[in-house]
Amino acid sequence: MELLAFGKTGWGDELFYATLMTIAVSITAMLVGFFFALIFTPLKLSKFKTLNLVGNFYTTVIRGVPELLVIYLFFFGGSGAIMYVASIFGYYEYIEINAFITGSMAIGIISGAYSTEVFRGAIQSIDKGQFEAARVLGINKFGQFYKIILPQMLRLALPNLSNVWQITLKDTSLISVTGLVEIMRQSYIAAGSTRDPLFFYSFAAVLYLLLTYVSMKLINKLEVRYSRGY
Amino acid sequence: MDFDLMITSFPKLLGATVITLKLLSASLFFGLFLGLFFAILRLNKNKFINKFAYGYSYIFRGTPLLVQIFIIYFGLGQIEYLRTTFLWVILKEPYWCAIIAFTLNTGAYTSEILRSAFQTIKPGIIEAGKSLGISNKIIFYKIQIPIAIRQSLPAYGNEIILMMKGTSLASTVTLMDLTGVAKYIISTTFKPIEVFIVAGGIYLFMTFIIHNVIKYLEKKYSFQ
Repeated sequence: MELLAFGKTGWGDELFYATLMTIAVSITAMLVGFFFALIFTPLKLSKFKTLNLVGNFYTTVIRGVPELLVIYLFFFGGSGAIMYVASIFGYYEYIEINAFITGSMAIGIISGAYSTEVFRGAIQSIDKGQFEAARVLGINKFGQFYKIILPQMLRLALPNLSNVWQITLKDTSLISVTGLVEIMRQSYIAAGSTRDPLFFYSFAAVLYLLLTYVSMKLINKLEVRYSRGY
Repeated sequence: MDFDLMITSFPKLLGATVITLKLLSASLFFGLFLGLFFAILRLNKNKFINKFAYGYSYIFRGTPLLVQIFIIYFGLGQIEYLRTTFLWVILKEPYWCAIIAFTLNTGAYTSEILRSAFQTIKPGIIEAGKSLGISNKIIFYKIQIPIAIRQSLPAYGNEIILMMKGTSLASTVTLMDLTGVAKYIISTTFKPIEVFIVAGGIYLFMTFIIHNVIKYLEKKYSFQ
């Protein structure tokens, strides 16, 4: 237990902040993922073949390639790409992007591919009559989507989104390879300096279990809330 | 775009794919048995056995695969006693540590897939078997298991693809699998996009093959 003490003697406070970092990265990545899903879900459901192709390309490639490879692409390619864009605008200095941004972008793009599939499935399982009824009532496209389809879709999508959240949470452990100090990286550092890897990695496992357990409980509550009336 | 690099790195990456495939097939093979074993335990009426099997799948599905590999590879070596037993021959090799971690991980997911497949078998089918005077053991092996395997094919196909992506974590314990070699080439040439296209292409090709094989099997063993 001494190893987990707070303050200078133990690793308790470091691991606590690392846990907060994991939560922060997961939430950011999930939001980035929603943003991507918002772009790619309409593409996948579009009537136009080319747009379909773009949407399918995104979800197929991301879901078929290991997460670690995507992270390496971002880690090694991220600042290069930003510098290239900046050079177009006449900025030639070296730009280094922060590990938090690289990490949450990489995990966010991965999580977005899963969210896209979830949203697509949820929208497709909404009864066609709902779209027709909205049109008959003269509600415009925007209102149709935000007031009628979205609320129904959320209820259908929630159970699967909770899976996406779990995947995203666990994927954040991979960002440790880029040096961002989250649970995995902090355990690695602690294990290295105390020569007690068994303890610290097991403790990391406990922390992840705790995070998944608590988030499951919270999501179950949300599910109850959204299925009122059913 | 550096096409020369893409061409020269392709054979290297293809060579590394062999290790990825070895890791994948070994862990799927052992994982299937482990999964079946724990799925049967989950169906057991004894509460203790049931809880034990649930705990196993909960722990392995609730923690990242990376933690599991690190515990096995870095953690277990710390136990002095283990170093004296024959197990150390296996546990000092990153290759076997990766396979053990992958097997335990895929076993947990497989047990869940098979459990839900067993539970969706209509009781009428088992009753029909009983009324024909077939013994419980034969009902289980000849009726329940084949139906469960067919039921779980789509989900198991996903699990195979997830596991294939999971083998990329072997590169974190010094194994030079497809991702490991890709990372090595990226960090020596600093051309991430080219290497990503080639390595990602190989992974996508494998995903494509697995997807189609499972689709074929689903069609072949469909109930109609």
